[in-house]
Amino acid sequence: MTNYRLKHILGQTVFHIVVILLGFIMLYPILWMVSNSFKENADIFNTSSLIPETFRFDNYGRGWRFNNSVTFSTFFYNSFYYTIISTIGSVMASSLVAYGFARVPFRGRSFWYGCMFMTMMIPYQVVMVPQFIIFHKLGWINSFKPLIIPQFAGLPFFIFLMVQFIRQIPYELDDSAKIDGCNRFMIYSRILFPLIKPAVITSTIFSFYWRWDDFLGPLLFLNKPRLFTVSLALRMFSDPMTSTDWSAIFAMGTLTLLPVLVIFLIFQKYIVQGLVTTGLKG
Amino acid sequence: MKHINRRTRTLMEDAAGYAFISPWLLGFVAFSIIPILFSLYYSFTDYDILGDPVFNGLENFRRMAGDQLFWQSLKVTFFYAFVSVPLRLIFAFFVAMLFNRGTRAIRFYQAVYYVPSLVGGSIAVAVMWRRLFMADGALNAALAKIGIISNYSWIGNPDTAIWTLIILAVWQFGSSMLIFLAGLRQIPKELYEAASIDGAGSFRKFLNITVPQITPVLFFNLVMQLINGFTVFTQAFVVSGGSGDPLNSTLVYALYLYQRAFKFYNMGYSSAMAWVLVLIIGVMTGIVFKTSSSWVFYEAKEGK
Repeated sequence: MTNYRLKHILGQTVFHIVVILLGFIMLYPILWMVSNSFKENADIFNTSSLIPETFRFDNYGRGWRFNNSVTFSTFFYNSFYYTIISTIGSVMASSLVAYGFARVPFRGRSFWYGCMFMTMMIPYQVVMVPQFIIFHKLGWINSFKPLIIPQFAGLPFFIFLMVQFIRQIPYELDDSAKIDGCNRFMIYSRILFPLIKPAVITSTIFSFYWRWDDFLGPLLFLNKPRLFTVSLALRMFSDPMTSTDWSAIFAMGTLTLLPVLVIFLIFQKYIVQGLVTTGLKG
Repeated sequence: MKHINRRTRTLMEDAAGYAFISPWLLGFVAFSIIPILFSLYYSFTDYDILGDPVFNGLENFRRMAGDQLFWQSLKVTFFYAFVSVPLRLIFAFFVAMLFNRGTRAIRFYQAVYYVPSLVGGSIAVAVMWRRLFMADGALNAALAKIGIISNYSWIGNPDTAIWTLIILAVWQFGSSMLIFLAGLRQIPKELYEAASIDGAGSFRKFLNITVPQITPVLFFNLVMQLINGFTVFTQAFVVSGGSGDPLNSTLVYALYLYQRAFKFYNMGYSSAMAWVLVLIIGVMTGIVFKTSSSWVFYEAKEGK
């Protein structure tokens, strides 16, 4: 009996040590970046300690001012603008479309639903060139239109997630609402939309992440520094040809990760749920 | 009378249905179907965006066959996908096994291990990654600490540069881990109990219960991640400084395609390359699907 307990405690201890050690290695690159954002440039590669000798907050000021003609105020504003508008658009549209696919028995429904899945399999590289040419001809280059407007069509992943959710809700709710005189749009907006809140929140979080991190889209369609998102700005900042101010780059890098981490801390539950239901990549 | 009623009803249902899916349907036509058709057409043309596309038949594909960089990018991409995807899945699976127990701290550990997946797609991490593996980066500093003095630039050497990208991909195993963990928790406890009564050891249980029960999850992950692996762009673009250097050792397919389109303005050629990519992904997923019946375990009873 005691022998068994001893073995159990020993096993637990080994488990925790291994997991914590591995966890530290996993987090090390991020900690390294955050730590270096407070160090003096000369110290980044001389001292390998994660805790800076003196905290240099001026790295943040220097990074924020960027090249003085455009600052990170602009880049953060652009990123938030692009991310928030796109997220509202894609989540609202996805819920509308999901209701149609899940609840309205129209002709051609399964055909279109199949088409939607097909588009998930097609790599972006196929539509990249024609989209660029179309947007170029429309005069949309160097505006947020090519990035934001397609989001208002809804995203297949979100539509799928919400359809799965709506299908779990009993039809009786729709029927009783119909008897009370609700039309379809009212059923969608007043009955179902509040009920699929978890799916809506999950989609919102993922949309935020994907838009915030989006790089290829802004790279293709935004060429003026005034329009840069934080992703593009960081990339330009770290241009191997010009930059040596790594403390400032890491300071801004750390700041761009903050919104992502804060949202994760608040909404952890929904992220795990979303990953598990759709199996999609985080 | 009744007949007409039913007819108007279905018509109304149709109208309602299409009204609800219209945002997606419009987007599908405007941002998928039309571009796909254009892309197909461009792939048979010579098109530099300034002039009009000039039909040249199969010339793009013929040129591709003789294009050294095209073959190089294929090689790099296959290597990247075939090394990083299995490594990531194996890692994710074993960590999930490790976490599949009732300790209260698991929720915290899970969150910590997920953080790299969370931030791994960002430019901040890609930029930092590049710095991590330079000659005076953190890796060499860590090696120096354990007594290995190295002045080797992992990022600047063609033999190791692609490995920095592979490690970056494997590092983000957190999302697969969470999916596996959910799968592991759904395996009925009775299966293990029954096996214990039959005298099966833990290895037998792992091999005959855990592995078969997790294959459907594995299958889905494999397909999705292979597609992601074959289309990797951002990390390669940032880590290699946009060039695919050193010696094109990080020139992944999507990066070369991007260069062809937006550096050299060979719109026709890059469209043709995109269709070759579709073909490759189609064949890969086809193989996974075709062989799935022999290794993916489905319960006889359908449903949840």
